[in-house]
Formats: sequence, C-alpha cells, structure tokens
Amino acid sequence: MLHGPPPKLKEDKASKRKSILGVKLFFVYFFVYAGFVTLAVAYPESMGVRVIFGLNLAVTYGFGLILLAIIMGFVYHLACSRLEDKLNIEDKKEGMP
Amino acid sequence: MIYDPSTGAVILFIVFVTSVLLLSYYFSLKTKTSSGYFAAGGNIHWGVNGVAFAGDYLSAASFLGICGMIAFSGYDGFLYSIGFLAGWVVALFIVAEPLKRMGKYTFTDALDAKYNSRGIKLAAAVSTLVVSMFYLIPQMVGAGDLVVPLLGLPHWAGVTIVGSVVIFIVATAGMTSTTYVQFIKGGMLIVFSIIITGYILNHGLKLKPDGQYHEYVQIPAMVDEDRGLISKDPAYRVVKTLDYDQKELAKVEMEGVYRWFMVSRQDDGELVLDEMLSKTHKGDGTVLYNGAPREERRFYQVGHLSRVLGEGHEVEETGALNPFTFLSSIEESEIVRFERILFTDGSDQVTAWYQNITSGKDIMTPGLRFGIKEGSFWDRINFISLMLALFLGTSALPHILIRYYTVPSERDARKSTIVAIAAIGFFYMLTMYLGLGAMVTGVLDMESSNMSAPLLARYFGVGVFSVISAIAFATVLGTVSGLIVASSGAIAHDFMDSFLKIKMTEKKKVTAGKLAAFGVGIVAIILGILFQGMNVSFLVGLAFAVAASANLPSIVMILFWKKTTARGITASIITGVIASVGIILMSPVMFERYGLNPDDALIPLDNPGIISIPLSFLMLIVVSLITKKRNHTMEQSKA
Repeated sequence: MLHGPPPKLKEDKASKRKSILGVKLFFVYFFVYAGFVTLAVAYPESMGVRVIFGLNLAVTYGFGLILLAIIMGFVYHLACSRLEDKLNIEDKKEGMP
Repeated sequence: MIYDPSTGAVILFIVFVTSVLLLSYYFSLKTKTSSGYFAAGGNIHWGVNGVAFAGDYLSAASFLGICGMIAFSGYDGFLYSIGFLAGWVVALFIVAEPLKRMGKYTFTDALDAKYNSRGIKLAAAVSTLVVSMFYLIPQMVGAGDLVVPLLGLPHWAGVTIVGSVVIFIVATAGMTSTTYVQFIKGGMLIVFSIIITGYILNHGLKLKPDGQYHEYVQIPAMVDEDRGLISKDPAYRVVKTLDYDQKELAKVEMEGVYRWFMVSRQDDGELVLDEMLSKTHKGDGTVLYNGAPREERRFYQVGHLSRVLGEGHEVEETGALNPFTFLSSIEESEIVRFERILFTDGSDQVTAWYQNITSGKDIMTPGLRFGIKEGSFWDRINFISLMLALFLGTSALPHILIRYYTVPSERDARKSTIVAIAAIGFFYMLTMYLGLGAMVTGVLDMESSNMSAPLLARYFGVGVFSVISAIAFATVLGTVSGLIVASSGAIAHDFMDSFLKIKMTEKKKVTAGKLAAFGVGIVAIILGILFQGMNVSFLVGLAFAVAASANLPSIVMILFWKKTTARGITASIITGVIASVGIILMSPVMFERYGLNPDDALIPLDNPGIISIPLSFLMLIVVSLITKKRNHTMEQSKA
C-alpha cells in the first residue's frame, strides 16, 4: 500500500481555471503582505497604534496575515474542488478512472 | 552555561529516539523500490502528509530559532513566523498542483519534464544540494544547542549524535519513514506548544521570576577628584574604566574576582554601577565567565521585567492572563533585555551583556533587531530583503517540494497543503507566547538564543522539559532526514542517473542514494559544529534566500511563461546560486564569523534575496529570449 510507482494523473480540464484563480488569490495576499512590509518600513510608528482587544497594529496585522493565509487556502480548495467536479464531470460519465 | 542533566529527560529522550529508530526500521523492511525510497510511492494519505508537511516545516528554525529570536528581540523574531507562513501561500496558489502534474520524484524531474536538458539536470541537482546544505546547517546547530541543557553534553556532541542517527534513519528507510516520523513529531510539537502556552498564560507576568533567579547588583558610585570613579560600597573596588560606543564600562574587583559593570546615572543624578554578564577569553587561552571559571557557575540565566502593569497600575504580578491581555500587558510593561557588546581589555577579548531596560511598546513592534525605526538605509533594505526571501523561499525548498509527490492526486496535494498551513499557522501564533514567555521568566542563556523554548519548558517543570526536548530533538531528526533524502536524491537520481546516465538497477539506485546520504550527513555534522552560536532562524532565512534565488524563478517561469528555454532555466539557477551564496559570503554577519570587522563587509546586506532573486529572474528572461531567437534562426536555416 505504501509503495509502488507514483500514480498517473488523469487529464484535468479545470487546471487552467484553477491556475488563474490561484494567481488572483496570490496577488490578493501579496498586496496585503506588501502592505505590512511597507507600513513597517515607511511608517514604523503606526505599528504601535492600538487596534483591537488591546493589541497593537503590528500584532493584529501579523496574526491577521497568518489567519488570512489559512482562510484563503480553504476558500481556494473549495473553489478548486467545485471547478474539478463541474468540468471533469464528462470524464466521470464516460467511466474514466 | 552549565546545566545539570535531568534523569527523566535523559530516559524520555532515549525512549523517543529508540522509538523513532524502530519505526524507521519497520518501514525500511517495506521499502523495495526507488520510488518508495525517494517519494514514498506516491500513496501517503493527504491528512498524514499534511501534518508531515508541518513536521518538515516546523524545524529547529521554527521551534528553537523563532522562539529564541522573539525572546531576545521581541516582535522582530515574529517576523520570521509571518514570513515563513506567507511562503505557503505561494506554494499553494502558484506551485503545488502544476508542479505535481509535471514531476515524478524531485525538483529536477519537474523542471526537466518539458526539456530533456542535461544542463538543467546538473544545475538543479547542484541547487538542491546547496539549498539543502544551507538548511541543514541551522538544524545541526539547533541539535547541538539542544543537548547542552538536555544531556549536559557539549555542542559538538549534539551535532554528531543527530548526524549519526539521521544517517542511520535515511540510509535504512527513506521517504516513507521520514513521512511518518514527521507526522508524529509535527502533531506532538503543536500539542505540547499549546500546553506550554497554557502554562505561560496561567503564570502571567511577575516582577521576579520563580526559583533561584540571580539578583543583579547595583552599586552606588561617585567620581573622586583624585581617584576618578569609585564605588561607595567598600566591598567593591573599581579597577579601571573604559569607554565603548558612548557607554562607560567599569572593571570592578570583589573578593579577588573581576567583573564588568555599566556606569549609568539615575533620575536623581546619582551615579550607579549596573552588573553585566561577561565572558572573557584571556590572552593565555583560559575562558572566564563573570570573572570566574565556568565550573563556579557565575554565568546566570537572564530575562526579567523591571515594571509590570496590570489593569493600568503597577503590580508585583498580574496573575493569570488571557491571550489578549498577556500581549497587551507586555506592551504596557518594561523588560530588562541583555544586549551584547564586544571589546578588548589589554590582551583579553571580552564579550559582555549589559542590562537594557526596554519599553513593552518597543518589544511589541518591529525594529529592535532590524533597525527599521532608527537604522540606516541598508537596515531597511535588509528587512525588505528578508521578508521577500521568506515569502518566496518556501515553495523553492527541495525537501518541501518532494512531499508534493507523496500523495496520489492533485486534490490530495492541495488538501495536504491546507492542513499544513493551518497547523503551521497555529503553531506560529504560539511562538509569540513562547518567545515572550521566555523573555520574562529568567531562563535565557545569553550564549545561545536557540535554547530559549526548551529552557522555558524547564521553568515549568522537568516533565514538560523532558517531553519538549525529546520532541525538539525529533524535530531536528525529522527535518534533517527530509533534507538528506532530498540531497541524496539530487546526487543519486538527478546527477548520477539523469545527468551522468550511469546505468543502475533499482537496487543500485537505492544503494547510491544511501551512500550519498552518508556523505551529505558527514558534511552537515562538520558545518553544524563550525556555525555554533548563530540563531537558527537567521541561518534558515539565508537558506530561504538561496532557494528563492536559485529555484523559484525557474519554477514560476516554466509554469507561466511559454518562452522559457532550457538554457534560460540553467542560467537562472546558476546565477541564483552564485549570487545568493556570494552575497552571503561577503555579508557583515559572515565577516564577523571570519573574525573580521562586520563594518568592513564588502556587501552591507545580510540577506541576499533583494538582489539575487530579481537577478535570477532577469537572467532567465534574457537568456531565454536570446536562445529562443537562436533556436528560431537555426530552424529557419535548416529549412
């Protein structure tokens, strides 16, 4: 069960749209991340401003970036799975593995 | 620092390591093919693979390095947590699925899927080896640091033990074994980090750490017209003073022991001498800790609060805090950090640590380490370069890429990655509490920041310390195993089989991989000993920069730019490796390691990413355009 050659992957008709979705989500995260780096370098004093639950902007933004990555990852997975189920349905009907 | 080994910790350590070896041996009996050795046959369950991803990734850098850097430099250490996790976004959204579709076992296979180029095979194999080696160094340094308080052994012994055990694991089993070892370790690391965080929150903030925390001496002093600076306390005698970077230091004698103090003026104008920690390399080769031999144990653990604010007013201790009030209370309090300075006293080389009362606001915002508030232009560039390298480095690491091939489908690879991001992200949030907890509980060993998290665990009891040390050791074992599998794959599969085209049977391929693992392991042991004392997160940051420079441009461009050519990829990888490694070798931190003045460094950057990553991209584009044109011209002339 644990061994043997790597499996052959079937054709994925959703791959192009998944790829475009991935790039879009990447840029969303990139700009949020770049915003953090820019604030830290250009306006370091802003990082000390209290934002929520007594936490400053640095901590809130830092934790936020981590949480955002988890949430976006989950959203991406749901969207990709939906695309795969929708676009590869013809293969399933034809009884392909 | 001298530590007394704990019997409980030692027993648990031996049980844990033996279990890992037995598990490894069990799976080795099942590994028959090269695919089973290098990529676990592509049939690991996505959930197991996801936690194993986390286990791979939460290396010594995360647990030992980040916690240590936060404990020493506050929020700046947490920047590594942010950057290390953000890298997974690139891996998931851009690289994971297309790469799995392209490849077989290794990074080289994936890159070479479109081109049958020997240049790519060689360049990618070299890059895998270089990146793995840069990543291996901090793991080995972390291993060495870990056994000092755990077993009471010297640093080099820890490095050698880890190296030997890992060589055994990898040489006997391969990827299947490392996957399950990483799965168990990754899960345990997160669970026990939650437990320690619970201890920290329940402990709250206290003005004086529990146990036998050293009371730092403050001596009243005055300036005598004839004798200069003198102590008002007759038990102490000021022997000499010297100026260091706008600070006045005093060498003070008491009962025949010479120690260093910092001269400062209090709010009321009175002069005082504040006790420092020092390590003196005498001209005759002996080393003194706070003026005495190491055995006298005068080199104390440090880290305490000088002012604690709870609910808006000063208190001795806050009592239990929740995750939010813990962080906000730290921000309102004042922490005594110990900052390092280096100077000479005659023929003696002195490393001293002075008390620096730092406001919680500075601790909880970026700037203490990277100097982005008041530092130079290059400090800011260095910070941006680090954040860029961390962001782009993850998906270019060879031992992470290999794990994409251990699950049966793209959907499973995606699910694995999401499990990994959730587990790693949660752990990285905990690093803030682990690091700050260590900062204020008097557990820090100034000789190495890497020990902060295990020493924090010891503060809460030998039981927790035993388990967390065993997990940390397994962390190093697992990560080093993964890296050595990647390196041996690069040598045996990419270089010997694909590049040199040496005809080998399946059995011989596995044997070649194991021999390569042995060689890489020996080199890693030597480098781990040479880089003793450096923060492992910092070193991993360099590995990320090399990986992002050498591998990422090729991975991204082959996926998204149709004009990419084999020569473009080869040129990009070679440029990335040479530029990043070259800049590191000429950086201030390496100059310090060479024993030279860091200010004389040829390049004022510690992290090369901001130069080497764009350069590698540029090289790929330029060479691809040139060679594309040449190929086109050749085709025309043939016609």
